[in-house]
Amino acid sequence: MRHQFDVQIGAVGFRIGSAWPGPLDALADLYRGYPAPEGGIADFTVRLEPEKPWRRFLRPSVAIRGDYVLPDAAPLPLALGLLAAEMGMNLQMALGQKNWLLLHAASVEKDGRALILTGESGAGKSTLAALLGERGWRLMGDEFALLDLESGMLLPFPRAVSLKNKAIAVMEAEAEAARFGPRLAGTPKGDIRHLRPNREAVERMGEGARPALILFPRFGAEAAVRAVGQAETFMRLTQASTNYVALGEPGFTALTRLVRAVPALAIDYPDTATALGLVEDFRQELAA
Amino acid sequence: MKAAGLLARALSDPHGTAIEDWNALISAARAEQLIGSLACRMEGRAVPPRVAAIFDAARRDSARQRTQALWEAEMARRALAPLGVPVILLKGTAFHAAGLEASAGRSVGDLDILVPRESLDAVEAALLAAGWEHVKDTKGYDDGYYRRWMHELPPLIHRDRDRMIDVHHTILPPTARPSPDAGALIADSVALENGLRTLSPADMIVHAAAHLFADGDLAGGLRNLWDIDRLLREFDSDDFRRTLDARARRHQLAGPVARALRLAHRLYGTPAGAGRARLSDRLFEARLLARNGWGQERRKLIRFFFYVRSHWLRMPPLMLARHLWIKATR
Amino acid sequence: MADPVYIADCGAVRSVPLDGLTVVYHVSSGMTHIVAPPAPEILDALGAGPADAAELLRRLGARFAFEGGEVIHARLNELEAAGLVRRA
Repeated sequence: MRHQFDVQIGAVGFRIGSAWPGPLDALADLYRGYPAPEGGIADFTVRLEPEKPWRRFLRPSVAIRGDYVLPDAAPLPLALGLLAAEMGMNLQMALGQKNWLLLHAASVEKDGRALILTGESGAGKSTLAALLGERGWRLMGDEFALLDLESGMLLPFPRAVSLKNKAIAVMEAEAEAARFGPRLAGTPKGDIRHLRPNREAVERMGEGARPALILFPRFGAEAAVRAVGQAETFMRLTQASTNYVALGEPGFTALTRLVRAVPALAIDYPDTATALGLVEDFRQELAA
Repeated sequence: MKAAGLLARALSDPHGTAIEDWNALISAARAEQLIGSLACRMEGRAVPPRVAAIFDAARRDSARQRTQALWEAEMARRALAPLGVPVILLKGTAFHAAGLEASAGRSVGDLDILVPRESLDAVEAALLAAGWEHVKDTKGYDDGYYRRWMHELPPLIHRDRDRMIDVHHTILPPTARPSPDAGALIADSVALENGLRTLSPADMIVHAAAHLFADGDLAGGLRNLWDIDRLLREFDSDDFRRTLDARARRHQLAGPVARALRLAHRLYGTPAGAGRARLSDRLFEARLLARNGWGQERRKLIRFFFYVRSHWLRMPPLMLARHLWIKATR
Repeated sequence: MADPVYIADCGAVRSVPLDGLTVVYHVSSGMTHIVAPPAPEILDALGAGPADAAELLRRLGARFAFEGGEVIHARLNELEAAGLVRRA
């Protein structure tokens, strides 16, 4: 591979190869300040390749490949190369990560207590987590939450936050311009812009936190809070995990332990201010 | 190009092979479905901490794949036991079920079983009754193609467990040139404690060789030859080599088996394959080692040659033309 | 035709109660099931040895105030399909 970029994100190291320099330049810019994998050894390799050899130059088309691949994944145009790199990393985690229980969730931490925000895509958890990350909470991750199988601690995986459509403007008002990646238009999901977590999140990427609350946030409805039972939480979390089945008994142990130790709430909120207020209420209750 | 060669050396001599580029080794191993085997072979070797974590995860994942494979076999056993027909496990599942050395770190995909041809209908009915379903889109071909020309039922998938089962009645397509003796495969099969069966060790090697050369374009070849290496070393003796030779001839696969052993010898030092290499062996070897340290397959020309060759072997030329024409017009 | 006799599957099973339901990890298969009463109690009762539906009713009745024999058959079929229980 002509071009290479290596990056350590939390507990996971990536080696990313590309046939074109552009995507990796953008990636290096986005992950400014992140360390390189220790000893140069990566946990996963991502490859950005031309779909067919002649597509390297002619209407360049980026196929997302690597150690773990989705055979029918559609390639992206080169203009979206940064997105391809991010998707490539997601793919490796989703298909190959088996050291920790992987939850499709955002997580934030304050005073040693971690909140897990999980639910369907588009429910607003990513934006909520990013906002909390600018309001005194430490952003541990917006896409994947890593649960240690033995200790039950949540581990950071602070990838760049993937903001979509309206959320972009919301966060542009909150975070300094230098932390943003380019605005990518015309993606399958609309407009996307990536935001690097703040310095504290990056510096503390090696610090785990004990989960204290599981939230199922849902944007767009009148404010409401409902306790979620353990069995329902368990089931919803297995659905939110890409590797629960692959982990076998240790995964079962870790997840049942999480669900019995940590309360779960479903919250509906009509706007972010309400959500932030609710979270602050919860935090105070937990601290009491 | 060197990464695949490094992988082969690391598998045969896990403690003595110097590794400078661990990323290349790991990516090549993952691409060749050999990361579990490599991790097991390297157990006990002092490796960098990141590599140790990767190997730990790979070993645990292997164990999980083993559990899943044996469970699929058990569920098939429960569904088919009332029929009273021999059910023979194939490939990775068989290695795990029989506790063979070839099972160490061996990844397993779908469940493959072999049953007598005349029992195919009854087997299909029993599987459907027990929760398996037909897979909808079978490579764009309809049912007829599968039943008439291929050597298996159309693939079935279990509706709850989402795992596939491939039911074979012989080990090569009936339309292919070599014509293995399915009856002999069954007659010589070995019973396991639970009533399921495996091929005899010699037939396992013959099957692996057939699968490698006649059934595909050498994809997964490094793993296939590793299987052969492990199998041969576990059962090796003068007697066994004579038996292996006899069985290979019986199944009209003497050429492929001999070539497989020669290649395994070149790659892994397998004892039975020593002897003069043919010129064509080099071509096969180059194809097998076409994986680089990024996990990519290089040497596209060789790959294309083997792709066409594999289809040519599966079907006589006229049929091949028809097959390619139908594919092109769909 | 004699009633089928059921055996709890040979492999180990880990059960964890979660507010009214039970999650069961089946070690032999690596599968996780969420079951509702009386399924966990049936599995438990089969721990004492193979039994047909009538015998199971007796065992369950001895420990719990248990009514409705039909529900036993439904739960047994589900447990069998899940692989947690098989016929002798």
